[in-house]
Amino acid sequence: MAAKRQRGVAGSLDSATTLDLLRTMWRIRRFEEHLARLHQRLLVHGLIHLSIGAEGVAAGVCRQLRDDDEIYSGHRAHGHVLAKGAPMDRVMAELMGRSAGLCQGLGGSMHVVDIEHGVMGATGVVGGNLPMAAGGALAAKIGRRDRVTVVFFGDGAVQTGYFHETVNLAALWELPLIFVCENNGMAEFTTRAEHTTVGSVCDVVAPYGFDREVLDGADVAAVHTAFGRFLALARSERRGPFLLECRTHRRRGHYEGDPLAARSALEDDEWAALDPIARLEASATENGWIDEQQARAITAEADAEVQRAVAFGRASDPLTPAAAAELVYAS
Amino acid sequence: MAREIPYIAAVNEAIRQEMARDETVVFYGQDVAPSDEDPLVQAFGRDRVRVSPISETAEIGMAVGLALAGYRPVVELLMAEFMLVAMNQVTNEAPRLRYMSGGRVKVPLVLKAGYGFTAGWAGQHTGSIYSMFAGIPGLKVVLPSTPADAKGLMASAVRDDNPVVYLMHYLLVLEHGDVPEGEHLVPIGEAAVRRPGADVTIVATGWTVGKALEAAQALASEGIEAEVIDPRSLQPLDMPTILTSVEKTGHVVLADQATRHASAANIIAGEIVEHGFGSLKAPIKLVTALDATVPYSEPMEAFVLPDEHKIAGAVREVLGTTSAVA
Repeated sequence: MAAKRQRGVAGSLDSATTLDLLRTMWRIRRFEEHLARLHQRLLVHGLIHLSIGAEGVAAGVCRQLRDDDEIYSGHRAHGHVLAKGAPMDRVMAELMGRSAGLCQGLGGSMHVVDIEHGVMGATGVVGGNLPMAAGGALAAKIGRRDRVTVVFFGDGAVQTGYFHETVNLAALWELPLIFVCENNGMAEFTTRAEHTTVGSVCDVVAPYGFDREVLDGADVAAVHTAFGRFLALARSERRGPFLLECRTHRRRGHYEGDPLAARSALEDDEWAALDPIARLEASATENGWIDEQQARAITAEADAEVQRAVAFGRASDPLTPAAAAELVYAS
Repeated sequence: MAREIPYIAAVNEAIRQEMARDETVVFYGQDVAPSDEDPLVQAFGRDRVRVSPISETAEIGMAVGLALAGYRPVVELLMAEFMLVAMNQVTNEAPRLRYMSGGRVKVPLVLKAGYGFTAGWAGQHTGSIYSMFAGIPGLKVVLPSTPADAKGLMASAVRDDNPVVYLMHYLLVLEHGDVPEGEHLVPIGEAAVRRPGADVTIVATGWTVGKALEAAQALASEGIEAEVIDPRSLQPLDMPTILTSVEKTGHVVLADQATRHASAANIIAGEIVEHGFGSLKAPIKLVTALDATVPYSEPMEAFVLPDEHKIAGAVREVLGTTSAVA
């Protein structure tokens, strides 16, 4: 991968944006690292997919969005949800299956919804979120609103029919939709080479002719800059679609407890080159925007927020069956 | 004021009236309004009336996204079987999002499709596949059997805050009947008693409602009074109306165009056995399609389907069993 051995970030960001992105990425990183521990201790049960290594995409994209912009995510959604503004305590409570969770504990890790922050939901069926996101973009178009819809998906989703149908319709109807692919080269448990002969996701959509870019997803500045350009066009001209293909590294397995995860574990120096947080910290330090003490303060802040979130979750009970039964149908 | 119009015109009238009433209603699908001269396009514009490519998963998936964003999409799917291409959207997304979000969202949308076109349309355009939708929590399923219900159930489906699978019967689309001109709503989940009777309860859906009424007429000349009930929606299913009738008659025949093991009759039979067993004076009889793909050949097609003669025969059998026991 091109990112190997690279340090720092290529794009230019101001200090305020840099610190905001660093804080966002550390919040996601610490949240997920702690989640893995909670999962091992069975305080969080069920199926959990971590996004460690891809925080740069979540932060670089979502921190530029408004609350009324919509995001649709997939099964690896925690980072997107947190970066878009969903409160960490209610996300944690959701993952703990408690009634104080964003979805009252009925959705869980793969189905977090937070309408107030434009988190429209995620799907446990790879690719299923793509047409839903197109529907959100169509709503903005019909309603003549300057709201933009973003859909996150992995490279595995590109081989589904959903992807091709959605790309075709989004292009045909010029929907204000931004496709953000986190291409980590792995689809569930197998490699991209086992799924397709097409090298890059951008190549797949080439015949439609819309704007697209492939970049190093560990370079937050690059993600921020490229996405910002697409976002400005989608918003001001109320058109699209666009595709941002971010090459990322999946640090953990497909899911927590995945026995195959260790097989592909990287050496520390290799990981440092692919870690969006380490990369941005290096640049920020070089620019004199943070020192070691400030960097530690950012992680300590994130840790404290995670601890508060766990306490918040613990203080809440699961929903009662009677209350849940009321939610099957809207009345 | 009511006037006679065909079933299909009643469906379209409901869509047109709902679009006029509520600007969040959008209508799209394959072959919908291909010309700008189309009256729907003229009335509501291309934003709200759209032709889509043959992409069922995207069409239905987009409807979910539109619904989450505050719209009420009506998707033209043409054939019920075309929904099979998008079963994840129909059964796994639209109906589950409200519950999975802890009630934070609603997903009002209508999936409109025709079914049961057993007029030589062969094995993939003739299915009565409603029970595979009726078993999904969060989804509603309606099966209008008259022009008035076709209009009233469509209007109610559009206004419902849940995803509704609206299945119109292709063998009924040209049938005429009295339909109210203005606003006409038929509540989803209320059965209709199509014919009162004291001797036997026949529950029938869609096209078999007419067949059950023909059978009831023939039976009347033999001194048998059959009560014919049309549930009109399978989810929710109006079991109180059915159980009240069973309590009165003690005899039950369930007519259904679906194959036996995927029929609504099966679901209804189970409910009656659990909640009305004490009223039964004889075993329930099911008159369904045979467990076979609908064949193309005309006599073979008739062979696998229920009809008025099979329904009447089942009634005689059910009542005969009773008299034998008595």
